[in-house]
Amino acid sequence: MTEQLRFHNLTLGYDRHPAVHHLNGAIASGSLTAVVGPNGAGKSTLFKGVVGVIKPLAGRIELNGVRPQDIAYLPQIADIDRTFPVNVYDMVAMGLWRRKGLFGGIGRKDRDTVEAALAAVGLTGFEQRAIGTLSGGQMQRMLFARLLLQDARVIVLDEPFNAIDAKTSADLLALVRTWHAEQRTVLAALHDLDLVKAHFPDALLLAREPVAWGATATVLTPENILKARHMCEAFDEQAEACAVAA
Amino acid sequence: MLYDLIIAPFADFEFMRRALAGTLALALGAGPIGVFLMLRRMSLVGDAMAHAVLPGAAIGFLISGLNLFAMAAGGLIAGFIVAVAAGLISRATQLKEDASLAAFFIVSLALGVVIVSMKGSNIDLLHFLFGTVLALDNQTLVMIGLNATVTLFGLALIYRPLVLECVDPGFLRSVSRAGGVAHIAFLALLVVNLVSGFHALGTLLAVGIMILPAVTARFWARDITTMIVIAAAAGSFAGVTGLLISYHAGAPSGPAIILVAGAVYALSVLFGRVDGLVWQMFPGRHLEA
Repeated sequence: MTEQLRFHNLTLGYDRHPAVHHLNGAIASGSLTAVVGPNGAGKSTLFKGVVGVIKPLAGRIELNGVRPQDIAYLPQIADIDRTFPVNVYDMVAMGLWRRKGLFGGIGRKDRDTVEAALAAVGLTGFEQRAIGTLSGGQMQRMLFARLLLQDARVIVLDEPFNAIDAKTSADLLALVRTWHAEQRTVLAALHDLDLVKAHFPDALLLAREPVAWGATATVLTPENILKARHMCEAFDEQAEACAVAA
Repeated sequence: MLYDLIIAPFADFEFMRRALAGTLALALGAGPIGVFLMLRRMSLVGDAMAHAVLPGAAIGFLISGLNLFAMAAGGLIAGFIVAVAAGLISRATQLKEDASLAAFFIVSLALGVVIVSMKGSNIDLLHFLFGTVLALDNQTLVMIGLNATVTLFGLALIYRPLVLECVDPGFLRSVSRAGGVAHIAFLALLVVNLVSGFHALGTLLAVGIMILPAVTARFWARDITTMIVIAAAAGSFAGVTGLLISYHAGAPSGPAIILVAGAVYALSVLFGRVDGLVWQMFPGRHLEA
């Protein structure tokens, strides 16, 4: 197994309070991993760390052969300002950023790529629609089209199927399966355990600290899930500096 | 008749032609800046920084009289200091950025008025507060044109990160480090335009030619590109019409320009195709699909 990502005693958090605490381990290249855990478990924080949006409080993340900006990232939909006056086409075309940068022109070939991505997610004909007029499912389809354009070796999805109907989930899951078949490394934060068991070979159960990590069947046992649920969520304002050596 | 009304004032008087050139250049740069101010929820920040320019320009005036470069440089420096200081204070303390800016700009305004009054007359003070769009000299005109050019090219350069930072900041940070740089560059362009606006419209009205056309555009377009074009057009229209009204009615020019911009805004609130109030009252029958 070649490693795509390795976490070395990784601690991520905010204002010195850890949200992900002492994580060690590796994500195999080409693997499809579900990151599972209660709200506040550190799933989003871990992903922000992986794509380089936040810096580790301690430890480090080793990216084998990719730069942070080469990782395609699907943020939680709540982080997007849907009142902003931008249309679907422009939003999807942002996926070309890595190839086009700040100033690169969008040529005829690129326009075809954008159209193809829109077609792949079933949004043909939505090009000129303002993003504020999309439904939740259409919004997520649009963001998946942008991911398609990013054409990345590593793809990180933060709660991709939240508040999405069954049809849209199934369509988007099919794209995720395609990425897996194409040997891309995919990480997804999910809450639907049945979906994880059915489609994700690997799982990481996180509750600030890793509870279990490995083949999905061995990770998502009732005991592990109960254990994760009991780990405290709130920051302790009186917390001492962590004693574990960095 | 129409000639007398619209063309003659500009054909007959050089100061009107200069004022026209100045306001058009100003509107072209300030409109797009205003659109981004509005979309970044920084409208009040623009207002605050407009007043912050005053003491700097006043110190330039104190040192070297009505010298364009001293006043422009003073304004630029003061604008930047306030922008950075307000940002730092809001980061280092509990105070939100808008609150700390409000504190800064009201002090700046008072300080500027005091400094100008120390050396100048009440007429000078009036010029500082409301501008001198009818008395733009060559240097000032060139500076306003240059500022507008820099603004449009600058915005073109930072356009993508600027837009993306508003819509989807998480995604931008995951693909590029340009977000912070773009924000600083945008603040710089804002100050540059405020210095232009300060000379034409004065410290109290400079922000009007930015924000009013921008909020007008919001009622006519759903797309940022169209919005920018409409804002520049609305600002230009307000400039020309305001100058003509001030010429024919003997009203002060700067306030006349801003009033026209305000009237256009009011009409847009009522009749704008995107969410205008009148359209909301008579939405028409719902569609089939």
